[in-house]
Amino acid sequence: MATKVSMEALSPTMEEGRLVKWLKNEGDAVKSGDVLAEVETDKAVMELVARGEGVLRKRLVNEGDAVPVGTLVGVIGSASEDITALLGGSAASSAAVSAPAVAPAVAPAPAPAPVATGGRTVASPLARRLASDAGVDLQRIAGSGPGGRVVKRDIEAAMTSHPTQSSANSTPARTGSDFTDIPLTQIRKTIARRLAESIGPIPTFYLTVEIDLSRAAEMRAAVAELGDEFKVSFNDIILKATATALSQHPEVNAHWLGDSIRQFNRVHLGMAVATDDGLIVPVIFDADQKRLSEISAESRSLAKRARERKLTPAEYTGSTCSVSNLGMMQIDQFTAIINPPECGILAIGAIEDKVVAEADGGFTVRKKVKITMSCDHRAIDGAVGARFLQTLRRMIENPLMLVY
Amino acid sequence: MASFDVIFLGGGPAGYVGAIRSAQLGLNTAVIEREGLGGTCVLWGCIPAKALLEAASIATKVKKAAEFGVNVGEVSLDFGVAMKRSRDVSTKNSKGVEFLFKKNKITWIKGTGTIGAGKSVKVATAEGKTETHTATKALVVCTGSRVKGLPQAGLELNKTTIISSDEGLLLEKAPKSVAIVGAGAVGCEFADVFNAFGSKVTIIEVAPRILPLEDEDSSTEVQRSFKKRGMDIFVGAKLSGAKAGKDSVTLTVEEKGAKQEIVVDKVLVAAGRAPNVENIGLKEAGIAMTERGFIKINERMETSVKGIYAIGDVAGPPMLAHKGEREGMIVAEVIAGKHFHALNYGNIPNATYCHPEVASIGITEAQAKEKKLDVKIGKFPFSANGRARTSGETEGFVKLIVDAKYGEILGAHIVGAHATEMIHELVVARENEFTIEEIDLAVHAHPTLSEAIAEATLDAMGRMIHA
Repeated sequence: MATKVSMEALSPTMEEGRLVKWLKNEGDAVKSGDVLAEVETDKAVMELVARGEGVLRKRLVNEGDAVPVGTLVGVIGSASEDITALLGGSAASSAAVSAPAVAPAVAPAPAPAPVATGGRTVASPLARRLASDAGVDLQRIAGSGPGGRVVKRDIEAAMTSHPTQSSANSTPARTGSDFTDIPLTQIRKTIARRLAESIGPIPTFYLTVEIDLSRAAEMRAAVAELGDEFKVSFNDIILKATATALSQHPEVNAHWLGDSIRQFNRVHLGMAVATDDGLIVPVIFDADQKRLSEISAESRSLAKRARERKLTPAEYTGSTCSVSNLGMMQIDQFTAIINPPECGILAIGAIEDKVVAEADGGFTVRKKVKITMSCDHRAIDGAVGARFLQTLRRMIENPLMLVY
Repeated sequence: MASFDVIFLGGGPAGYVGAIRSAQLGLNTAVIEREGLGGTCVLWGCIPAKALLEAASIATKVKKAAEFGVNVGEVSLDFGVAMKRSRDVSTKNSKGVEFLFKKNKITWIKGTGTIGAGKSVKVATAEGKTETHTATKALVVCTGSRVKGLPQAGLELNKTTIISSDEGLLLEKAPKSVAIVGAGAVGCEFADVFNAFGSKVTIIEVAPRILPLEDEDSSTEVQRSFKKRGMDIFVGAKLSGAKAGKDSVTLTVEEKGAKQEIVVDKVLVAAGRAPNVENIGLKEAGIAMTERGFIKINERMETSVKGIYAIGDVAGPPMLAHKGEREGMIVAEVIAGKHFHALNYGNIPNATYCHPEVASIGITEAQAKEKKLDVKIGKFPFSANGRARTSGETEGFVKLIVDAKYGEILGAHIVGAHATEMIHELVVARENEFTIEEIDLAVHAHPTLSEAIAEATLDAMGRMIHA
């Protein structure tokens, strides 16, 4: 049976796509999953893959043309099949699906990176409905039903448990929900309304800390001696420290949802990357669970692919908090703009040697970095942001904490 | 004196099923039972009562046979024969359990047991001897429950004119007139039987409706049917006096402030069962009880004393054979160290076998309102069902209480012929957390009564086809 090839919504905000290049010719055999064409979306160049098997019978869009999402761009069928009916329906189908994929004003639960699994997730129909409504990832839930089937009570447990561990040394449990929605209290609502009236839709305030990198430098030097493969950058250390600190401060690792604040129990750290086309923020998923070396490798790979416009939408959506670094461009300190619905972003300045007074009256030279946190005051109060930065300072100034 | 892995104190549905499962799992198992195997269910409840109800059903059908073109001549009824058949069925079932014991090499110790020290049981045998048997792994208390009458209402059971279901299942002929006190499942079933065999039946229920634990619509439907069949029904009624004579009883009933005297041949007390917790050594063993006087257990059926378990009626409501049977299977698996699935007490079906039958699972519409749940109701009458018309059994309905957002089946209520069989589609659905959509998607054969369930799901979704 013939299969239609349609322009797919390859990013959450994509309304149309430009067919950059066909990778299959009419008459080529294709298997499900084969890349048929490259498509440029609003954010990246993506691959359009085959959803059926057979022969690419017809290409309906020329290279370089932009068409709305849903438009029929080709047909896959068996070599002898009559596909005129499908072709005739193309006008209707493109008109019917030309409604843009609406990007919600407030992002719903972030779509976690698709997890490859060996088999299907076994869950009751009711559990599936509850999970999809609550944004709970079924694959991350241990089922308590027969044969490990995920049932209603598992979803309910996942929705009510919120492992907000504040002990400095503990890692949040991974069995519970990915986040906790905190309904707004009256005082929170008033703070949100009044501050927004004063300063704009996101009432932002800024907290700056100057952090000593002496020990981080020592650590970097010590591991670099072990070989090139152990080299990490200061940025990697700061990313790792930020992720770890966020895991201990879910009140900062949060989304403002208008009528509630969603505190995440997982840390998906966005990292701003400048590209020739503009800013993009790829995400290091579960950054708090990753080792420094993994963060180092992943951040480098994400930055590289961002510049090459090769990121998939799943790689730049779903961050819970973000970091921007302009230190390498000799910016001493700056304020970054919050990427809503996130509630905070860290701006990392340049690392500088500074003269520091010593307790004994002398002085010494130390490496210092200024980090400024932009906070959405509707969700984060000054003291809450400050407490997070205290943890972050402790992590960066004592990088051995990161291996605890 | 013998030693076993597991001893079950009581051979009713909880105990005998637990014993069979224990034996299947390789445990050396004994059951202490003073009466026949099968307990109240097989001997004095479910089984003999259903045999009588079947007789009642045939009697009712035969009376209508001419409508179907079947002329059977003058119909005469013999309650004695029906009763004898009922006892035969009961005995056969009890013998069946005995056979299963032999097959599974389970030892039946005939006698009355009392919990002794450790996990031992003292047994006063039928022959008047005293023996002590010890369980090395577990002792399971499953002594069941009994009818207790309503002495507070002046209805002390005298077993001649004021009787319980026990005596009701031994009557040689149907009484000319009978008052049934308590219109739960047992009361309604006896009312059905006696009515079918020609007794003048009066039902007296203190709650505002008969079958007070069922959905209000179910009560109304059965009440209407019973009244049509000539029964007198007092609901919200207080029994303010009872005088037992030699061959009759005079009852004073207060309904809506009006007092009325009723004279009947017999009163069948169908209210009140008490757990059998006395004289079995529970206190001496230090076993904790609930406020309502049942043995306190956890989901592993463990009592407060290590190694002693309790299942069935004695371990708490609902006092239903199928609940006890499931607890029996669970306790065997716990004792054998196997993985077990905790019993979902919210998903135990209720079944009343009067005509029309009543079956239910989950919550009622009133309970949904009480809990302020956002629900949709799906309802389909059997009068619009083809199969029900063919058999001339158009009383009743299927009613579903459905969560408005997710389509979860929160409750299901069926009144009508074969309701007690049909309910299991919904029990299975609930156990597997199917929503109404899965029920609708499953193709239901035509013509069947079960189509009414599919139609009720459609009604809950606002797109019923046949009504």
